[in-house]
Amino acid sequence: MSDKPLPHHSAPLGALEQRVRSLESLLIEKGLVDPQALDLLVDTYETKVGPRNGASVVARAWTDAEYRARLLEDATSAILEQGYRGRQGEHMVCVENTPQIHNMVVCTLCSCYPWPVLGLPPNWYKSSEYRARAVSEPRAVLAEFGVELDPDVQVRVWDSTAEIRYMVLPMRPPGSEHMDATQLAELVSRDSMIGVAVPQMETKA
Amino acid sequence: MNGAHDLGGKHGFGTIDTSQEVNFAHDWEASVFKLTLACGMLGKWNIDESRFAREDTDPAHYLNSSYYEHWLDGLERLLVEKGLLTEAELRDRKAADRTDLQAVGADQVPAILAAGGPTQLVTDKAPRFESGQRVVVLADQPRSHTRAPGYVKGRTGTVVQHYGAHIFADEHARSAKKEAEYLYSVEFDATELWGESTDEATGLVRVDLFEPYLRAADAIG
Repeated sequence: MSDKPLPHHSAPLGALEQRVRSLESLLIEKGLVDPQALDLLVDTYETKVGPRNGASVVARAWTDAEYRARLLEDATSAILEQGYRGRQGEHMVCVENTPQIHNMVVCTLCSCYPWPVLGLPPNWYKSSEYRARAVSEPRAVLAEFGVELDPDVQVRVWDSTAEIRYMVLPMRPPGSEHMDATQLAELVSRDSMIGVAVPQMETKA
Repeated sequence: MNGAHDLGGKHGFGTIDTSQEVNFAHDWEASVFKLTLACGMLGKWNIDESRFAREDTDPAHYLNSSYYEHWLDGLERLLVEKGLLTEAELRDRKAADRTDLQAVGADQVPAILAAGGPTQLVTDKAPRFESGQRVVVLADQPRSHTRAPGYVKGRTGTVVQHYGAHIFADEHARSAKKEAEYLYSVEFDATELWGESTDEATGLVRVDLFEPYLRAADAIG
């Protein structure tokens, strides 16, 4: 990943800052938005909703076979059992990686992503580069993320073009048999639940 | 519409830049995010109208502007289209009067986020396709919003999941009507999408497609 993509030719930062600042004051002055509600919205997705939620779901599935079965059967309900629900996770599907199948999630048309379990999507997930390439050359994309799959493994890419939101249930890493759910959750990265990383014992991406 | 947002399989895009790990690279991006959600909570437009407002733009501008610029363009457009701001107010950045609408308060936000916007609907219609059935994606190119990506149009796949009936995104964006249409996950072989010469011939792509996008593979026309 040494080659940086060309910079986007966005509007100058100062102009954008000014445009957004005046829109915000206009909407407040107009009475269309409440400043406290605005603060709460940012705080919610900056500090409360994020990939640790999804990691707790994965860790429980790794340690509780009945929960795992419920998660694969009806992910929306199983995720709610862990306390996570709502906007951009109304209809959840959890797809399971196996020694034969590796799942990977993209939204080629915009940026659909399971907010309640993973938070807001990372910048790269929303990028033209990922959206263009994930469906046509997923192995090349995975290699950029440092994932080299055995040639026999089938790569299955899910393009979330409607209102179903997908999360990947990665495989539990070998050597983690002694760990409890709290310790296991530490091994589960956001990227492994999108399907562009594989949980390892030693590193946490 | 098949604009620049319809990116699946397009060539020329380079290495994926994973260096930015914060939700908002600049304060203005956080502002666009919170204003978009708060204004959306006024209930004057739906998520499919939002998506169309972001994608319905000059392709060169779409590709050369950042993600939250798309949101900002879409938000300003919807505020004017739906009559929440006049063009003069937006231009002069000065409110002519206060709205009659009630802004969503902080006390209401958690419940609104927790409820989300479920799209599943009950319908008496029977689904036209069953799991395992071969289907072809119609070649239609509507100028309005659609969730059938260009790279599957005209291609043959297999229905692998039934998701029940959901709000049909195309009609929802056009008229805000909540029409029930069945939604399926359809699986395509990489070679069907990208040809026999693709470097990654063994892969599968699964795409969520509404029933009106599809016909049975064995049906004529």
